[in-house]
Amino acid sequence: MTTHLDSEAAPHTGAAGHPPAKDRPAIGGRLRIRPPQGGRRRNSATQGGAARTALTFIAPGFLLFAALIIYPMVKAFQMSFYDWNVVAGAASDFTGFHNYVKAYHDPVFWRAAANSAVYMALTVPPQVVLGLLVAMLLNNKAPGRALFRVLFYLPVVTSWVVVSLLFQYLFADSGLVNWMLHDVTHLTAKPTPWLAGRWTGMAVVSALGVWKGVGWSMMIFLAALQGVPKELMESAAMDGAGPWRRFRAVTLPAVRPAAVFVTVMLVIGGFNVFTSVLLVTGGGPADSTQVLLTYMYQQAFKNLDFGYGSAIAVLLTLLVFVLSMIQLRVFRDEPEEAA
Amino acid sequence: MTTAVHPLRRPRARIRAASAARYAALIAGSAVMVLPFLYMLSTSFKSQTYVLSIPPQFVPHPATTANYSAAWASDDFARYFVNSLVVAICTTTLSLLLSSMMAYGFARFRFRGRELLYRLLLLGLMIPAMMLIIPQFVLAKYLGLIDSLTGLVVFYVAGSLPLNTFLLRGFFAAIPVELEQAMRVDGAGAWSRYRRLILPLAKPALATATIFTFLASWDEFAWSLTIITTPSKQTLPLAISLFQGQNSTLWNLVFAASVIAVLPVIAVFLIFQRYFVQGLTSGAVKG
Repeated sequence: MTTHLDSEAAPHTGAAGHPPAKDRPAIGGRLRIRPPQGGRRRNSATQGGAARTALTFIAPGFLLFAALIIYPMVKAFQMSFYDWNVVAGAASDFTGFHNYVKAYHDPVFWRAAANSAVYMALTVPPQVVLGLLVAMLLNNKAPGRALFRVLFYLPVVTSWVVVSLLFQYLFADSGLVNWMLHDVTHLTAKPTPWLAGRWTGMAVVSALGVWKGVGWSMMIFLAALQGVPKELMESAAMDGAGPWRRFRAVTLPAVRPAAVFVTVMLVIGGFNVFTSVLLVTGGGPADSTQVLLTYMYQQAFKNLDFGYGSAIAVLLTLLVFVLSMIQLRVFRDEPEEAA
Repeated sequence: MTTAVHPLRRPRARIRAASAARYAALIAGSAVMVLPFLYMLSTSFKSQTYVLSIPPQFVPHPATTANYSAAWASDDFARYFVNSLVVAICTTTLSLLLSSMMAYGFARFRFRGRELLYRLLLLGLMIPAMMLIIPQFVLAKYLGLIDSLTGLVVFYVAGSLPLNTFLLRGFFAAIPVELEQAMRVDGAGAWSRYRRLILPLAKPALATATIFTFLASWDEFAWSLTIITTPSKQTLPLAISLFQGQNSTLWNLVFAASVIAVLPVIAVFLIFQRYFVQGLTSGAVKG
């Protein structure tokens, strides 16, 4: 992919102000009629020209990225060591690890961490399993396949705000879900106050997460299943392998890289749950359904404790990073793993 | 293979039963996906009395469009719609311009420090946006970007650059170098090759990046919640959530506004489905 044009310099750059010398690149570059010494010098000059040209393409975007993404990364780390003063221009006190010690002794922080872990545990496995299941059901040329794919993907493209409010409405005290569980099927003796308790609240938020995310993992698995050779399936069937054996021996190894990708992304996404918790339960009642990000947000923008909020953000980043590394290592131990 | 089932040697009755079971499962699953939306649509046409009635009304009776006219006109959702549209269009345009330029620079030139810069950029793919929200707020305040649509656009663009550059770089690199060499022989400079050759050939990848960027900025919530304080500068997701916070029982109005916000998304998705799949899988295959 990066062959000729890379090592060869761009002949001129309009932006850098070189005159466009129409004939030069063709002669110098291809016909090799220049003297060796002059050629070498020209070559190094054009190398520099290539870098300059490349940088005129890269610099505008990269500077913006560096200023608004990389700088804040460093800044978050720095802020977590300060009792950050929100007033512009006012000095902030360096407090060392105080914010981290505070987190260690903060029961709400630990509850938020536990809730994040619960959310992850309740949402990641169902999304992987259901996503793969739906993808396998859709993986043939049956009529209606395109329609089903769209229907399952619809929640994915809808904004978190809208679906969060929708779930709050569905799980309201006199909402649709209670009506079905209580009035229709009589599974519950009285309407469940879903959003008034920690575990029921987490269940609603997790249900929302799974419902919104299944379509995404389905798409990834569908793409991976395209790579499973039909002949392999057929010959396995000829050899008398039942559906379960075929699934274990042919399908699973083929979708393994996709499963790794999906799992890692969903774990990261699970710890990043924010909007749905904020809008469905608001972290309540009494902070019982706070997750790490809603708690971070509350500390920063309600209590104006930017330093503590940053410490929570840094801890979460480290946690996500370590978990991703562990997952990649665990999955890599398997022989089929290629990526 | 012309039929819907595998040409495996199984009794025809069993094949038919398996196919029926497959469809039953798919229909049940997609009902779970779609019914909440239909219920939301139904509620948006209800009058206030029937919003949380037991038993629930599935088909609004009497149906009314009053919620839509109220949301659009008196509750200012027309303005929020325009704000969202302006932000999404500006974000998409700027992001596509900057990321395609970067992608070209990374795909077609070799220079010292290229790998380092590219890796730094990919770091942006791994750090979730929410982790940076506190220092970004401090920075936006310092730059005077708080409470403005510009503040939304600038940070949305920066956040979208890693993914778009990654996506486009992969596509650009696959364009045969010979085409560019031919243009160089004819004396075309880098800018003209980028504009006249690479961009036109990369239309599918640009379409994918356009859709993802547009939808991401159209749906974004946390950042706008953080920096926007003036009501007239709200975007749709922010306005809907704040409206619901203040009028927690007016679900019919909330959902009329939500339908207004969701319809463009669904339209874009239905029209450009193909590009969605491409965008998603290019991430998965290389990821």
